[in-house]
Amino acid sequence: MVRLNLLRITSIVLCMSVTFSSAHAGEGKLIGTAGLVQIEGTGGGGIVPWATLSGYDSRDEISISAVSTQVDIDDYRLNVLGVSASFYDRIEISAAHHRFDLKTLGGDIKQNVFGVKYRLYGDVVYSDWPQISAGLQHKRLEDKTIAQLLGADSVSSGTDFYLAATKVHLGAIGGYNAVWNVTARATRANELGLLGFGGARNDDYEVMLEASAGVLLSRHVAVGMEYRQKPDNLGLGEDDWVDFFVTYIPNKHFALTLAWAELGSIAGAEDQNGLYLSINGQLW
Amino acid sequence: MRILSFILLVALMSGCALNQTTVFEQLGGHSKVNEIVENFVIEIERDPVILAYFEGANIDRFVTKLSEQICQRTGGPCEYTGDTMEQVHAGMNITEADFNRTVDLLINAMNRADVPHTLQNQVLNALAPTRKEMLYL
Repeated sequence: MVRLNLLRITSIVLCMSVTFSSAHAGEGKLIGTAGLVQIEGTGGGGIVPWATLSGYDSRDEISISAVSTQVDIDDYRLNVLGVSASFYDRIEISAAHHRFDLKTLGGDIKQNVFGVKYRLYGDVVYSDWPQISAGLQHKRLEDKTIAQLLGADSVSSGTDFYLAATKVHLGAIGGYNAVWNVTARATRANELGLLGFGGARNDDYEVMLEASAGVLLSRHVAVGMEYRQKPDNLGLGEDDWVDFFVTYIPNKHFALTLAWAELGSIAGAEDQNGLYLSINGQLW
Repeated sequence: MRILSFILLVALMSGCALNQTTVFEQLGGHSKVNEIVENFVIEIERDPVILAYFEGANIDRFVTKLSEQICQRTGGPCEYTGDTMEQVHAGMNITEADFNRTVDLLINAMNRADVPHTLQNQVLNALAPTRKEMLYL
């Protein structure tokens, strides 16, 4: 059922990409430099929000993108569906739906994430300093039972605030283009918010560090890794996240990312590792 | 531990980028630069959006001056003798989208001149600082 759903979304994104690719939508960036759409639906890498906005729009253009991501680890599976719009490479709005399947326990946890991001400075490729953006992700938990059972301080909603810096260096590593990103996130979310916000161990906002580094092996293939520090508000040993990714970018309307995700302990289940698969397409 | 290995990887990646010869020499000198610029002109002629910016332009002079500039900026034995980038592009009101579209044309031109991917990036890097002297003037 889940795979079928992913397949259906894939074909929709593909069809729409092809349909709209001839129109004068946002194409005003170098291929591969628009970044991807991360698991909470905002422009980024895979697990980290970047300073980049989700589409290929330039200062005179608008873009609309869709994403479908699945992270299939030992005891859980996260399914993400999202849409985002980027206006004039300045402001991005996004909405994403999470369905977190509890593979061993049965059932699932659903949540919606609404995001806004504003580019404060720079161009990821051309400015002397990194592109800087500030954003927020407002998370509304639909299924509150498990968060309640685990002792979350708040089970309805929470908002993350972040500041991100991203830079592409042309020809920097043996002639290959390199990209790095550093993000600081103030958050109370437990496991993205799926397990509520705050807890017995800590219920204040904490600043978490997130980072990404990658190399573009050609105009169409990028490899790299990401790191995301996480709070342990519930006292369940919530771990930092790491992933190693390879992205295929055949054109400016489509990107396919495969990653190995090491998510550590989640709600008491140790060593949660698995595959991350994401497709994102620019519809306009 | 994880953050440590991450930092180590970034450090390793940025350490292996030393090269003594100039980008100009690696390209193969004047003949390759000229080939890129000639290809670039053909790409522009095929693109009505970008061609519009060249209405009334002296193409021969454009070829000469752009070749000079690429040669100089990639470390070759040339001196750019043309007008400043601001003077050349004043009144054109080049948009960011059209600038980047033109970069795509330059990449096409380098592809057709069989310039390797890693050298292409270094040429783009050498030319990148001129961008702010060209946009929205």
